[in-house]
Amino acid sequence: MKLTDIQSKVHSTFFKEHQKKLYQSLEDKHTTIEELDDGDPLTTKMILNMGPQHPATHGVLRLVLQLDGETIEKNKLDIGYLHRGVEKIAENKTYQEFMPYTDRMDYLSPYSNNVALCTAVEKIASVEVPERAHYIRMIGCELARISSHLLWLGTMVMDAGAISFFIWTFKEREKIYDVMDRIGGHRFTISHARIGGVANDLTDEATASIKEFVNTFPNELRDYHKLLDRNRIFIDRNEAVGVLETGNALAIGATGPVLRACGFALDIRKLFPYARYNEVEFDIPTRLEGDNLARYYVRMEEMSESIRIIKQCLEKLPKGHIRTDNAKLAYPSKDEVYYSMEGMIHDFMMTDTGICPPDGAECYHAIESPKGELGYYIQSDGTGHPWRLKINAPSFTNLQVLENMLDGEMVADTVVIIGGIDPVLGEADK
Amino acid sequence: MSLKLTEPLQRTVDSLTENFTDKIIEVYQSSGDTFIRIETGSLKEICTHLKNELHYVYLSDIFGIDRYTSDERFEVVYNLLSLRDRTRIFLKVRCEEENPELDSVTEIWPAASWNEREVYDMFGVRFNNHPDLRRIFLPEDFEYFPLRKEFPLLGIPGSIELPGTTPNTD
Repeated sequence: MKLTDIQSKVHSTFFKEHQKKLYQSLEDKHTTIEELDDGDPLTTKMILNMGPQHPATHGVLRLVLQLDGETIEKNKLDIGYLHRGVEKIAENKTYQEFMPYTDRMDYLSPYSNNVALCTAVEKIASVEVPERAHYIRMIGCELARISSHLLWLGTMVMDAGAISFFIWTFKEREKIYDVMDRIGGHRFTISHARIGGVANDLTDEATASIKEFVNTFPNELRDYHKLLDRNRIFIDRNEAVGVLETGNALAIGATGPVLRACGFALDIRKLFPYARYNEVEFDIPTRLEGDNLARYYVRMEEMSESIRIIKQCLEKLPKGHIRTDNAKLAYPSKDEVYYSMEGMIHDFMMTDTGICPPDGAECYHAIESPKGELGYYIQSDGTGHPWRLKINAPSFTNLQVLENMLDGEMVADTVVIIGGIDPVLGEADK
Repeated sequence: MSLKLTEPLQRTVDSLTENFTDKIIEVYQSSGDTFIRIETGSLKEICTHLKNELHYVYLSDIFGIDRYTSDERFEVVYNLLSLRDRTRIFLKVRCEEENPELDSVTEIWPAASWNEREVYDMFGVRFNNHPDLRRIFLPEDFEYFPLRKEFPLLGIPGSIELPGTTPNTD
C-alpha cells in the first residue's frame, strides 16, 4: 500500500505532519527485503489503525498495522498519548516532592516506583537506611509485584476470551489494596516510601493482614493453575504466539518477564542486589520458548516466589527505626515535629529545600519492577532539585520489542500479544 | 580522584585505554558508578569494541543531558550492561549546541532505536544513519525540544493544536 493511496483516504484533523510521517515510516519498513508490490489485484491489503482508544490495547497505545488478509505484514507503534513530561517536572521539584509523580508512572505497582526513586536518591546522597525499613520496602515491592501480575493475568485471560476470570483476579487485587491501606493509609497510589526509610511502621493490624494474605493467596494461585494450565482454549491461544527468539531478545533490549521467558535469568534483584534481597532465598523462573505461554508461566511462578520472599521478610523483620535518624537527610518523626522546636524546623527545611546531594554527583540505580528493570539516573547540581532525572522505564523498552515481534503474526493475536508484554502506558509515555 | 574499580571493570578500562589511547577523555566514578567520556568521532568504533570484545551485549538505556554551557552543550549517555562480568558502565559523548549530531548505534544494538528517538525528541540531537528518526512522544508538528533548559515548564501556548471546546456541528 502506497502513501499516496493512504493520504487520499485519510483526512486527519490534527497533527497532519505527524500522521504523514507515521504512514511514511510504515511504508519504509522492511523495504529492502520486500518484493515489488504487484498491485494487489484481490485487494486483500489494508491498513488498520488500532487504538489509541481501544480497550484491549491496555491504555493509549496506537498500532498502525498493514494487513495482508489476516496476517500482519508490518506495523508501527505510536506512543506518547499520555506524555506528561515527568522528567521536566522532576527538574523543578525537590526529590521528595517528586515521589507522588512516580506513583502515577507505573500505576499498577506504585510501591516499586517509590522505592526505585528513593533508593536512587539514597545512593547519590549516601543515606543509610535502617534494616527494618529495607524489609518493609521489600514486603511492599513484592505485594506490588503480585498486584501487577494479577492485573496482567486477568486482562490477558480476558483478551484470550474468558471474562469471568478477570473478576477472580480482581478479588485478590482488592485484598492487596486493603493490605496497602493498612500499611500506608492509601489503597492505590500509596507513596509510602520516604527518602531514608518509610513513612510509618507496620502496625499489628497491617502485619496480620499481610500474614493472612500470604496464607490464603497460594490456594487461589493453585486454582488459577488448575483452570489455565491444561485449558485447551487458553493454550491454543497462547502457545507459539508472539515468539521472541532467544538470539534476538538481548539485542532488541527486552527486559523483565519478557526476557526471562526467552531463557535469560536476568533479574536485577540477583544481578545487583538492592535492599536486602541478598539475604532472602528465591529463584528466578525462566522458560526457553519465548512465546506467550512461556511468559504466562514465568509470571505465575514469580508470584509464588514473591509469596516466598514476603514470608521470609516477615520472619526476619528486625526491630528498630523505620527512617534514618538524621534530620539533615530525612524527615524527622511526627513525635519530634509536634513536640520540639528543632523537629519542626527540620521538618520545614526538609519540605522547603529537601535533601541536597553534592554538586556534580551522578548516579544510576535500578530495581526489578514487575515489568522489568526500572532505573533512575540522577545528576545533581548541589541544590534540592535534580539537574537531570532520567527514568529508564521497562514498559518503554518492552514496547519496542512488541514492534519487532508483531510482524508476521495474525491480527487476531495482537491483543493477546499486547497482553503478554504487559505494557503500562503511563510509564512508557513518561 | 583515584578510581576504585572491580576487577572486570578494570579490565574494561584497561582494554579501552590500550586500544583507544587518545580517544578516551576521562574515566571517573561517582556514587559507585563508572563513567567513561570519549571523543564524539570514535563513538561507533568504541561501541563495536565494547560489544564484540568486552561483552557489553545489553544496551539498557540512552539519554541526553543539557549541560547548558556555551561549548559542547549536549551530552548523550549510553547505559551498557555486561551479563558475563556483571558490570555496568556509562559511556558519554558530547556535542555542540549548533546542529547537534551523533552517529547512530542501532547497527550495534538494535535496542537503541527508540532510545535515540527519545533523545532526538527531547533535546533535538540528530542521529546519523538512524533507520526511522521521528519524534517518539510528541507529534511531528511540534517545533520545540522540551527537555532543553530554556523551554519553560508551563509550555508554550499555541505550540500544540488542540480540539475546540465547542462541539463541531457540521
